[in-house]
Amino acid sequence: MTTTTPTPTAPLATVVADTAALTGRSRTHVLRSPDTVITTALMPVAILLLFTYVLGGAIDTGSRTGSYVDYLLPGILVITLATGVSYTAYRLFLDLQGGLLERFRSMPIARSAVLWAHVLTSVVANLVPVALVVGVAFVVGFRPRAGVLGWLAVVGVLVLLALALTWLAVVAGLTASSVEGASAFSYPLILLPFVSSAFAPTGSMPGPVRWFAEHQPVTACVDALRALLAGQDAAGSTAAALAWCAGLLVVAATLAALTFRRRFP
Amino acid sequence: MDTTTAPRPPARPTAAAAISVRGLTRSYGDLAVLPGVDLDVATGSIVALLGTNGTGKTTLVKILATLLPPDGGTATVAGADVTTQGHRVRTALSLTGQFAAVDGVLTGRENLVLVARLRHLPRPGEVADALLRRFSLADAGDRRAATYSNGMRRRLDLAMSLVGDPAVVVLDEPTTGLDPEGRREVWQAVRELAAGGTTVLLTTQYLEEAEQLADRVAILHGGRVLVEGTLAELTALLPPARVEHVEKRPSLEEVFLALTSAGSTAGTTTSTSTRQEDLR
Repeated sequence: MTTTTPTPTAPLATVVADTAALTGRSRTHVLRSPDTVITTALMPVAILLLFTYVLGGAIDTGSRTGSYVDYLLPGILVITLATGVSYTAYRLFLDLQGGLLERFRSMPIARSAVLWAHVLTSVVANLVPVALVVGVAFVVGFRPRAGVLGWLAVVGVLVLLALALTWLAVVAGLTASSVEGASAFSYPLILLPFVSSAFAPTGSMPGPVRWFAEHQPVTACVDALRALLAGQDAAGSTAAALAWCAGLLVVAATLAALTFRRRFP
Repeated sequence: MDTTTAPRPPARPTAAAAISVRGLTRSYGDLAVLPGVDLDVATGSIVALLGTNGTGKTTLVKILATLLPPDGGTATVAGADVTTQGHRVRTALSLTGQFAAVDGVLTGRENLVLVARLRHLPRPGEVADALLRRFSLADAGDRRAATYSNGMRRRLDLAMSLVGDPAVVVLDEPTTGLDPEGRREVWQAVRELAAGGTTVLLTTQYLEEAEQLADRVAILHGGRVLVEGTLAELTALLPPARVEHVEKRPSLEEVFLALTSAGSTAGTTTSTSTRQEDLR
């Protein structure tokens, strides 16, 4: 990840120590506003229940095994991550506006630590609402058949996706001119799963929409997560999902580093 | 000066100025905010940069703190160049910006511990406790900074800038927006700082503040330092005052302070009516 480090000259020990100190601070922010975790999980849970009990019955997934919840959950998890990372953009924007970012930049610390702290906190903090949503899914009938390795792969895909989306949130937080603007970037991310295989098979969609749905990262991630959770052979789809996430991560992190350097030469 | 603070490092070489600025320029688009500034701040002195709003005080301060690159000219802090030796400058210089940059979610103590950890000090907790005592914040140390009054936030801000005993402290309008009590508290803190040998550069738009605190005053106008010298040197620039007999009336500030200081203890008595909602 050297591409995202604005000061490649800072010794690694300094980067680690400074990132640890600032991550501790961000963690305190999250722990002192547990409502952000709850509200992050709230809408995905609502969509989960809505589709399970209201709309799901009318959707033909073409699957003879498993319930609609099994089909639905991966997309809901993507929505959960997209919702959660907007808090990172929000917190970064507040640091910028309140002068704290300026204070940190005027101190002899590793510059990259300021962003990494927000990013690491975001990834860990977003796994909590994800776990909440999975818990609710179990209650309404979610029955995975994944083994230990499958679950590890699921976590891996989700962490990588959270990382990529968080770097996008960093760009939003650094460039926003208002609190609303800082979190508005996540709206299209939340809608993206609706034009993917998350809720219904892409085969039922008209030509251009279907083409888009089949060539966007949410479909790749959702297909991989679904296959992994169902305990099916998921090597190909997992590789595709990881490739999408890694590509997205590199682009977003580079964009964030460039934005940071342009804004603070 | 409170003796519980960490011992100061040995005296730094006095030959070089703590801050030396030569022909420094900076423009925003077509607007030349600093058309060419020269300024020296001797080690261990308090220099006030006096100027009205929009004269480039903050721009100059941000360049010194490496937050903004200059267009031309040179500026050194403790012998380190702000453009090429930024890390050394950031180690030597601590900036207290115009608006108290404290983390409202963290307690006062946590704010100080964080800065101490970021400065890689061996015992962050002890450093934080010593500074809380020094700035009369010990009782409020475990409260979130968002609940502090303006004066307390300012003092915490200043305390955060002093973690690790930086050689040079730059204060950008340290008392703007403070009530008279808060202003006096900050002044006292600055005096103690200078008594301990720290170099202080402060910007202000208040003539009284410059008179009260500074060894030397530089008047910045239109992005240039018009005059620079001791208070006596500056007042000697104008013809001597005529002797007049004027009945001395107490200033409103004197009345206010006489009325409000009775029975109150410094630090925790800032009136709630002056408290601004913390927006963070």
